Amino acid sequence: MPYLVHSPQEREEMLAAIGVESMDALLGDIPPSLRIHDLKLARGLSEFETMAAVRDLAAANRVFADRLTFRGGGIYKRFIPTAVAAVTGKPEFYTAYTPYQPEASQGTLQAIYEFQTLIAELTAMDVANASLYDGATAVAEASMMARVHTGRDEILVAGYVHPESIEVLHTFSEGRGMKVKRGDQPTNKTAAVVFQQPDFLGLLVDARGLTERAHAAGALAIACVDPISLAILAPPGEYGADIAVGEGQQLGLSASYGGPHVGFIACTKELVRRLPGRLIGSSHDAKGRRGFVLTLTAREQHIRREKATSNICTNHSLCALAAAVYMTYMGEAGMRQVAEVSFKRAHALADRLAALPGWELAFPERQFVNEFPIIVPKPKPLLRKLARKGILGGLEVGRWFRDLRGVLTFTCTEVNDPAAIDQLVEALSA
Amino acid sequence: MRSARIRPTYRVSASPRSCATNEAAAALPGFAGLHPYQDEETVQGALELMYRLERALCAIVGVDRVTLQPAAGAHGEWTALRMIQAYHRSRGDKRSEVLVPDSAHGTNPASAALSGFQVVEVRSGPDGRISLADLESKLSPQVAALMLTNPNTLGLFEREILDVAEMVHATGAMLYYDGANLNAFMGVARPGDMGFDAVHMNLHKTFTTPHGGGGPGAGPVGVKADLIPFLPHPTVEQSDGHYTFDFKRPKSIGRVRSFYGNFGMLVRAYTYILAMGGDGLTQASLDAVLSANYLRKQVEGVLDLPHEGPCMHEFVASAHNLAPQGVKALDVAKGLLERDFYAPTVYFPLVVAEAIMVEPTETESKATLDAFAAALKEIVEQARTDPAALHAEPHSLPVGRLDEVGTARRITAYLTGQSEDPVLRWKRVQK
Amino acid sequence: MAERRYSKTHEWVTVDGKTATVGISDFAQAQLGDVVFLDLPKPGRKVGKGEAFGVIESVKAASDLYSPVNGTVAAVNENLTSHPELVNSDPYGEGWILKVDLAGAVPTDLMDEADYKKAAEAGAH
Repeated sequence: MPYLVHSPQEREEMLAAIGVESMDALLGDIPPSLRIHDLKLARGLSEFETMAAVRDLAAANRVFADRLTFRGGGIYKRFIPTAVAAVTGKPEFYTAYTPYQPEASQGTLQAIYEFQTLIAELTAMDVANASLYDGATAVAEASMMARVHTGRDEILVAGYVHPESIEVLHTFSEGRGMKVKRGDQPTNKTAAVVFQQPDFLGLLVDARGLTERAHAAGALAIACVDPISLAILAPPGEYGADIAVGEGQQLGLSASYGGPHVGFIACTKELVRRLPGRLIGSSHDAKGRRGFVLTLTAREQHIRREKATSNICTNHSLCALAAAVYMTYMGEAGMRQVAEVSFKRAHALADRLAALPGWELAFPERQFVNEFPIIVPKPKPLLRKLARKGILGGLEVGRWFRDLRGVLTFTCTEVNDPAAIDQLVEALSA
Repeated sequence: MRSARIRPTYRVSASPRSCATNEAAAALPGFAGLHPYQDEETVQGALELMYRLERALCAIVGVDRVTLQPAAGAHGEWTALRMIQAYHRSRGDKRSEVLVPDSAHGTNPASAALSGFQVVEVRSGPDGRISLADLESKLSPQVAALMLTNPNTLGLFEREILDVAEMVHATGAMLYYDGANLNAFMGVARPGDMGFDAVHMNLHKTFTTPHGGGGPGAGPVGVKADLIPFLPHPTVEQSDGHYTFDFKRPKSIGRVRSFYGNFGMLVRAYTYILAMGGDGLTQASLDAVLSANYLRKQVEGVLDLPHEGPCMHEFVASAHNLAPQGVKALDVAKGLLERDFYAPTVYFPLVVAEAIMVEPTETESKATLDAFAAALKEIVEQARTDPAALHAEPHSLPVGRLDEVGTARRITAYLTGQSEDPVLRWKRVQK
Repeated sequence: MAERRYSKTHEWVTVDGKTATVGISDFAQAQLGDVVFLDLPKPGRKVGKGEAFGVIESVKAASDLYSPVNGTVAAVNENLTSHPELVNSDPYGEGWILKVDLAGAVPTDLMDEADYKKAAEAGAH
């Protein structure tokens, strides 16, 4: 039996010490009619058999090479420095419990504090929390903050925000009596204007204008941002957003079929007490040694119970650690280089694709960073053709937006080297 | 960093072997390298894994379907309540209340409130279990659900669970199972058989996905037939060995998270279930119960044990007996840290004064349990002889007790503009 | 009524003419522990007896504050923003929380010091 530590003899000794004959005596509170005597599951496997079974499942998936993946839509293949796994794989981080006992959890606590610092710096906001589940739930949490803060119940979603974020926002709002509307003209009923920069299609929006309009209506501005793009774009704090949220997958986490990744949320001073989830603060002990603790916990569910702003308990610490290691390792210059290379490659690709017969940029007048929408003839056969050549082509965004039928978004990051781009264009020209 | 052994209330995958295998599985390029927007035909193995994990979880907890999408326990609770709400509404029934026992985790009332329900508290009786009389008085046609943890947060099995289920169902309400303590009886009993309509599970507590210093977790929710139409979409369906996502579920509550949940955690949990099998999971639960009772026996006479045993996989002791010396549960926790044990959760559940909640899990050896008990005895002895020394512990860790009050007050100073020190992050350095 | 009277929810009130001063009891501050933050209403807000008007937080607990009287908030103790610890060190003096312009009479069901002490001790574990 794997992973179990008591020997049969020790089990007997322990039963004797308790003063009972058998396990049944310890389970006497369970009504006999409820007892089962086996689980309808196969017997346990050896490690060799387990890994063989799991490998079979993995082998039934098709993995596209990172350099030949041109599909994004919120999840991007990027280079992950080996330092990330080397740090997150340390058992002191990996198996550690939630840091409720600060004296024995300084490593975990400081790692989160670094994450909070890095996200606050990146977004130019005052304070970031210890992380949320993902970018989509971060949008929902931010919207609930806005609802409580403004006392208004309408959330206005402007432009092409990630469709899954909008779906999750709908699911959250139905419980809480919030109304989700589309548009960019806030009124005195609007709690917040939610926009994404760059948007789901990769295009830049007028973040400053949307923020100003929200404020003029007495609403908050919630900016959903791409963390890598912030190395070259104005951060939300600079254009006055009240809450910045986003998906942190690009910061050192593998695509992993959509998770686990890390959501981040940062806000202005005024909103800190409405932030959901854990927060770490700096502190010191009686000898004056610096340390870190969970703080402002009276906002949270374990103290406020039904009056808490959010029900969140678990954060994504280990993923936040990966993101912190990534950002620290890359540094400002490294992240800017990654963003610039991605920008240049995507623009080079856009030029070449737009030159193909029948291909046309969907919004030629609008700027983009490293993902762009393009109208293509017969997307489905085209994507199949690319797949046969080992290339994961653009994303069909018409699946979510009817007005974008026939549009694919292509993305480039630093892993799509010039030879890979040549390969893509050649495959399309053939 | 020093090694931490006995873990607190929430079980942790302390076994390095299970961690290593789970991790190797999740790191396989065939999983880690998948883009969530690949075509279904190219991810049949991933879908099959999710399908099989769902079937395994159904067998373990006794339900008909499971959604794997929720990212954590609290997220799963809320998902279940949204489904229960949708079920009632689909019948034209606008129930507005959710019952929560006073011993429940704080996430229960918070999740209920997040779904728009009024929370009504149900009291525990003197035996630490839900009071049927109080439950009776709070049940009404307004009640949508009762949220129950079983065994409850005191580690006690709710002996009258079948009566509870009957009373709740008789009023048309549903019974929700908080799976925080599922570890107590896998292969011994099933929440579905007890009458629970929705069952949440914590893969990071029961199925050894790593705790990671507080996450990521995964909080699947199992449901009985009545709730199936309301499951979040997409669900994974199988036909002739071919797997597909079903996005067209008109009564679905919608999405609760992007993509398909914390897929990497699902791989780890599935790997663990394969390795353990039905026999191994059952033995794990039996060992968890055995270890808790063994430790409980050793604690008799050392700390107060406010409720009669036996316990299930955990028990709650009280440091109330040390009050005359001015020693609190917090001091006992810090004393354990000093003695190389990660301290149990203290001051929870709220219904026990000076609570110390001990959950050894199946991963700790008898020798470790003995050492933990010896450490507790030493602390209690010290409480009698030299309480001042105990108040000063821990002193051999990187830091001693931290000034949490000062931290919170400095944050207030920052937020109200009286200080430049942000406290919640490093100060920006001008270059 | 210069004498201090108490509510079941541990607020105290003294009355001078048409103005009531409200705070929390010494017992309540000791139960809460070190106070780190108060969320208080703006002057001009109407409060009703038994109505929650704010929140008081310590490191380990948070509690709603309930008005013991009917009236309009005339002033809040601005000092508490930077010095919340005054609630602990001087709950009946510098640690006062609200001044309320009374509407109508002072409720008669408030307790005097002796009755409150008995009730608080009985309620404590």
